[in-house]
Amino acid sequence: MVSVEFTGEATMNEVCYIHSGGKRLKSEIIRINGNVADIQVFEMTTGIGVGDDVEFTGELLSVQLGPGLLGQVYDGLQNPLPKLAEECGFFLDRGVYLSALNETKVWEFTPSVEAGAKVEAGDQIGFVKEGIFNHWIMVPFQLGGVLTVKRIVAAGGYTVNDTVAEVEDEKGDLHPLTMVFNWPVKRAVKCYAERLKPSETLITKLRIIDTFIPVAKGGTYCIPGPFGAGKTVLQQVTSKNAEVDIVIIAACGERAGEVVETIKEFPELLDPKTGRSLMERTVIICNTSSMPVAAREASVYTAVSIGEYYRQMGLNVLLLADSTSRWAQAMREMSGRLEEIPGEEAFPAYLESLIAAFYERAGIVRLKNGGNGSVTIGGTVSPAGGNFEEPVTQATLKVVGAFHGLSRQRSDARKYPAIHPLESWSKYTGIIDEKKTEYGRSILFKGDEVDQMMKVVGEEGTSLDDYIIYLKSDLLDFVYVQQNSFDPVDAAVEPERQQHVYDILMDILTAKLDFAGKDEARTWFNRVRQNFLDYNGKEWKSDEFNKLEATISQLLADKKIGAEAYAEGF
Amino acid sequence: MQKVYSKIESISGNVITVTATGVRNKELAVVETRYGPSLAEVIRLKRDEVALQVFNGGRGVSTGDEVRFMGEPMKVSFSDNLLGRIFDGSGRPRDGGPELADTLIEIGGPSVNPARRIVPQNMVRTGIPMIDVFNSLVESQKLPIFSVSGEPYNELLARIALQAEVDIIILGGMGLKYDDYLFFKETLEKGGVLSRTVFFVHTAADPVVESLLVPDVSLAVAENFAIHGRRVLVLLTDMTNFADAMKEIAITMEQVPSNRGYPGDLYTQLASRYEKAVDFEGSGSITILGVTTMPGDDVTHPVPDNTGYITEGQFYLRNGRIEPFGSLSRLKQQVNGKTRPDHRAIMDGMIKLYAAYKESLEKKSMGFKMSDWDEKLLTYGEMFEREMMDLSVNIPLEAALDKGWEIMASCFVPEETGLKSELIDQYWTNKV
Repeated sequence: MVSVEFTGEATMNEVCYIHSGGKRLKSEIIRINGNVADIQVFEMTTGIGVGDDVEFTGELLSVQLGPGLLGQVYDGLQNPLPKLAEECGFFLDRGVYLSALNETKVWEFTPSVEAGAKVEAGDQIGFVKEGIFNHWIMVPFQLGGVLTVKRIVAAGGYTVNDTVAEVEDEKGDLHPLTMVFNWPVKRAVKCYAERLKPSETLITKLRIIDTFIPVAKGGTYCIPGPFGAGKTVLQQVTSKNAEVDIVIIAACGERAGEVVETIKEFPELLDPKTGRSLMERTVIICNTSSMPVAAREASVYTAVSIGEYYRQMGLNVLLLADSTSRWAQAMREMSGRLEEIPGEEAFPAYLESLIAAFYERAGIVRLKNGGNGSVTIGGTVSPAGGNFEEPVTQATLKVVGAFHGLSRQRSDARKYPAIHPLESWSKYTGIIDEKKTEYGRSILFKGDEVDQMMKVVGEEGTSLDDYIIYLKSDLLDFVYVQQNSFDPVDAAVEPERQQHVYDILMDILTAKLDFAGKDEARTWFNRVRQNFLDYNGKEWKSDEFNKLEATISQLLADKKIGAEAYAEGF
Repeated sequence: MQKVYSKIESISGNVITVTATGVRNKELAVVETRYGPSLAEVIRLKRDEVALQVFNGGRGVSTGDEVRFMGEPMKVSFSDNLLGRIFDGSGRPRDGGPELADTLIEIGGPSVNPARRIVPQNMVRTGIPMIDVFNSLVESQKLPIFSVSGEPYNELLARIALQAEVDIIILGGMGLKYDDYLFFKETLEKGGVLSRTVFFVHTAADPVVESLLVPDVSLAVAENFAIHGRRVLVLLTDMTNFADAMKEIAITMEQVPSNRGYPGDLYTQLASRYEKAVDFEGSGSITILGVTTMPGDDVTHPVPDNTGYITEGQFYLRNGRIEPFGSLSRLKQQVNGKTRPDHRAIMDGMIKLYAAYKESLEKKSMGFKMSDWDEKLLTYGEMFEREMMDLSVNIPLEAALDKGWEIMASCFVPEETGLKSELIDQYWTNKV
């Protein structure tokens, strides 16, 4: 943190550069008092001295929006890391800032409006092909009022900095437009007709999520969990399999190694839907734990701004932030340096409102041209000591639509994904009839009760009926709630298959089964479980799949003698 | 030109302030006290008021002492001459040898560009089955040993240092007991690796602030060796002392504490050290093994808790053994698929059986009836603890895997192990 005396005007969140030791260090104004501005430096402050010059830019901290964002790996301030590596080698040198977009690449621009057309901020004036998408070139979001297109170039090749159109605003001022513009990261993009209620399920291909605790397109969810419970792995799996157009990964204050895995792995993986490399639909914003903390705070905003930009083109975007706790901690550090009065656990008092404002930038919107676009935000939370009763988790829970709580017990028992099926919840609708999933949950709940009881009275003190409920719940947990992300087939399950398999399970869960004793029951359930696990690993509708399904049905037919009383209505 | 100031305005704990101009953040200064000179580092500038933390501590500093600014941040000499030498936390020789001043390098340098890291893939063999078999250590991994005071964590570190196949070992000691320091010195000397070891040792008797430099100095040196193509193992013991030293300074500086008095940036501070672990594309690597003592065996204490979120797993050392539950090497998947086909199966299978043993043990202690299966598990568990978990066991990975089959064969019939039939056909030792 640096305090600067200035003359003239200063704007809150304005970007300035400290000139120190021959370098320009990027900073942001975070408090103004009289003619003194407090600025946070996005770099290490070693070597800065009293009396160094500070250059004010008059611009807010912004993100560059234009074609060429996809496939990039940026730091929190949108510096392209691979290009930085070419220039600086192994280390992230201070004060080196590169252009976020490739300025020499020529894009094939096709105009979609003609001179004389009336446009508004966010309206499309043409497009270029970016990978498989039509990347719409839009009127910059900050231009107000109705604008008249005075001139637009013919279809052809242009770089991002070439002027492609000129528009005139209501006052008669001319604005030249290129394919790229800047947008202040901390302001939400609002150039849409209306916000809609998130109702369509976002398919993650994880059974427990899609079936029991679904996420909606344009919704929000959070994944709190202690270390080692699998938050990051869950995010990685989701980023690979989720059915969305674009995935933005904001690796915020976490391990560099994990980002490296993604960077090295994604270009090799193919998106099953498009057959193109996964990297082509991905943007990575990575500000790992050892990178300067102020830029960490900016990184989630950079990510969400890019998300909103692609949403404006009518695409579905999924933003995965890992981890929002590190972002909150960055705010705590800055707040501490500003000597603000601390709130709970020294987090600033405005923590809750900032978290709420961030998640509120998710949403599904109807665009002015009638299309829909969405940004879905999924954030992990790393609560201190794995205890959810802490400010960041609690503030997040208030504003999200789904809660995927990871449990230490489940991860210790190697039950993956370690999302706790009973503690987690979702306000969105999933792919399976709610009545059926409620029944499944009730079995899990009762099974858990019996399990607790058995720990006290032992197996011999438990009635056969209770024991069967326990086995049913165990089966549901084992073959449906848990999922093997290393198995090529089981790793990603299509909704159609989920519905089909869930119905088969329902037959077992609702059936009244005839067993002579607990040993027989256990043996039978073990056999069903083994078949089911093999079944989960077989290709959908393959011969082996059908054969195993028949085996399971036969096993059930052998023992079924009607329906259980508690399964009324199925 | 060096500037000398002879008026210290305030002394509070280990932090002094002087009025000076032209000083830069993190710059180094020398304070001449009547007990000898001490290094100090600029930690805050407020107009012409300069706050410095004095590495030898504030005790005995007089308001009339001279403060001389050096005009540059802390640096440490780097060359092959470092090998076999012992220094204190601020880089002064502790072994009576000459001071080194050639090729000075900055400490606490910038972070490595993630785009230039590579996915780690080489296993570091330690000869300890609980590590090699169950939670393999991987080159460029950062891994702490969680333990309570009194556990033999320093012995464990020394053993790993002796056996690990690395080029250079750097030991960073923070608040190390003098006995432990001597123990390290003797063990490494006896093991014949002292000539490729560098010590940066801060003992419990030294001023607390000095320990703050130890990780930075050790890692800066390690980083330079790694860039020159060497594989470096950095041992840091004990990081809790380091965190406590930070806490002390933060409180002296009247910073708002976040959790149990620790500063709000504890996570960032620890991460910026641990994240120095790296495998450079086309060059050497840094592997970091740290010790984090858990006050009161409480893993939710801020230091182990924050550490766990940063590091790539952890070893729990409890009752002189590496606990199989809770211990985790997040990178083991990168290497254990390439060792021997039975490695992963043994890793999972033996732990599952050991978990079953723990359940049987519990049942036994509660007075439930023991079945045949329980009895078998009890035999197995004891053998497993004796022949695999004990820290004195020192065998290569392959022998440890064989030992695993042997233990299982002497306790169970093949079907009871839950292992794949192909593996059993290949490795089961005494087929009946």
